Amino acid sequence: MTVAESLTRPGHAIAGDVNSGRLSARSVAEAALAAIEAGNARLGAFTDVTAERALAEAARVDARVAAGEKLPLAGVPYSVKNLFDVEGITTRAGSKINRDRPAAVRDATLIERMGAAGAVLVGAVNMGEYAYDFTGENAHDGASLNPHDPSRMSGGSSGGSGTSVAAGMAALSLGSDTNGSIRVPASFCGLYGLKPTFGRLSRARTFPFVHSLDHLGPLARSPRDLALVLDALQGPDADDSALIARPPVAAVANFARGVGDLRIAVAGGYFRAGAGPEALAAVAHVAKALGATREVEIPIAAAARAAAYLITTSESSALHLDRLRGRAGDFDPDTRDRFLSGAMVPAAWYLSAQRLRAAAKAAFASLFETVDVILAPATPFPALKSGTRTVEIGGATLPARPNIGIFTQPISFVGLPVVAVPVWLPGAALPIGVQVVAPAWREDIALRVAEVLHQSGATSAPVAQT
Amino acid sequence: MKDFDAAGHVEHMADLLGLAIDPAWKEGVVANMAATARMAALVAAVPLDETVEPAMVFEP
Repeated sequence: MTVAESLTRPGHAIAGDVNSGRLSARSVAEAALAAIEAGNARLGAFTDVTAERALAEAARVDARVAAGEKLPLAGVPYSVKNLFDVEGITTRAGSKINRDRPAAVRDATLIERMGAAGAVLVGAVNMGEYAYDFTGENAHDGASLNPHDPSRMSGGSSGGSGTSVAAGMAALSLGSDTNGSIRVPASFCGLYGLKPTFGRLSRARTFPFVHSLDHLGPLARSPRDLALVLDALQGPDADDSALIARPPVAAVANFARGVGDLRIAVAGGYFRAGAGPEALAAVAHVAKALGATREVEIPIAAAARAAAYLITTSESSALHLDRLRGRAGDFDPDTRDRFLSGAMVPAAWYLSAQRLRAAAKAAFASLFETVDVILAPATPFPALKSGTRTVEIGGATLPARPNIGIFTQPISFVGLPVVAVPVWLPGAALPIGVQVVAPAWREDIALRVAEVLHQSGATSAPVAQT
Repeated sequence: MKDFDAAGHVEHMADLLGLAIDPAWKEGVVANMAATARMAALVAAVPLDETVEPAMVFEP
């Protein structure tokens, strides 16, 4: 196997080869940089390639391995959504406006922890402006495209994360998920994506979208990679006041326990009504693979999604109010109108949404007394053609942009951990994701389920062959 | 209750907040405001006990 071929394998396999000395981290970094050089102009994944830094980090990894260290992510090339601070690079967060700012002087906490675990940063990737996006399209940087069919969306807002991992330019990517922005590109690009419990991972030195709802997490081509990253990234951080003090979950240690002890159910009602045929078939496929026959209703889901919408539009617009006053013309037209209207939301609407959040938390907690895992579609349909403006959902024609996330929004609203798993239906040219939802603070359960599906071949995340 | 007047609300609030809305953007802003009002109606339709507190947490 050549080094370039090794890039098509999951991160844990690359780390195994680097730890054993079969591959050098430097050779892997060079191969990843070559893959970016060859494919990025066509796919629009990277906005900043950190070649010099990658080679320096790889040299440090090789030295540590030579000194006898075993690193969980040894030499694994990864990208970060360009809302993460990367020392020496301006954090643009998908915007034109923020590139007037000075370069970041220190890495985001999660990047520091990836480096300590041996991972090698190859660059920052494209995203929807200020993360208000489910498409992966961006008026300033162009669209990040779907490697499985470049005429289609990567999904957003962590679009470049999806593109870079599905194209094999990186083995992992760190993205953010406020309403679905990890799970949507995971679905469209055929990847595993982990949105941890709200408050689990530090958000220090990343550009915010919605303080009440922002999560960070990884996208990868195997559940084991997600578990390795989660183990590497957990822990207290005085730099993030929103981090919730909880004991870390042992993701890798619990990985091989199977699912025999778990009560798994499919979400009905809201989660069926808006789903297209591929989404329904994908959920049925995963349920069958897991032997899940029970269906549960979540009556509060539609209101939960509406409340997430309200909190998102009001908090994000308040954050950008000065920029909307002074530089509205410099916003991406696709986010500008949404931000402008969000600045005008009455306080009573916003607070009713925050009160509904408490009620929705209670409703899900009650549900999780009788089940351990809930399966739901990640997106209503597979990747849309780039530029799609409207979609059919439940018989109605609706704007595409805000409605791609109708199934992810109610879940992140409650902060529950989710692994999005990629399904390739028989004969399908495109993947589609299913959400494996676990109780709060139990990422280990969702990861165990994903691993069983992956090992059985029911789900898979191959590098695109385009 | 009277139907929410999205266009009137946008006009009033834009002036109040000092937001200059280009005429070419107005239709999009009003459409988004109307969509947000529909979301607010969905939330308002859920009966909540007055003891239910907002989910924001502040730890002094």
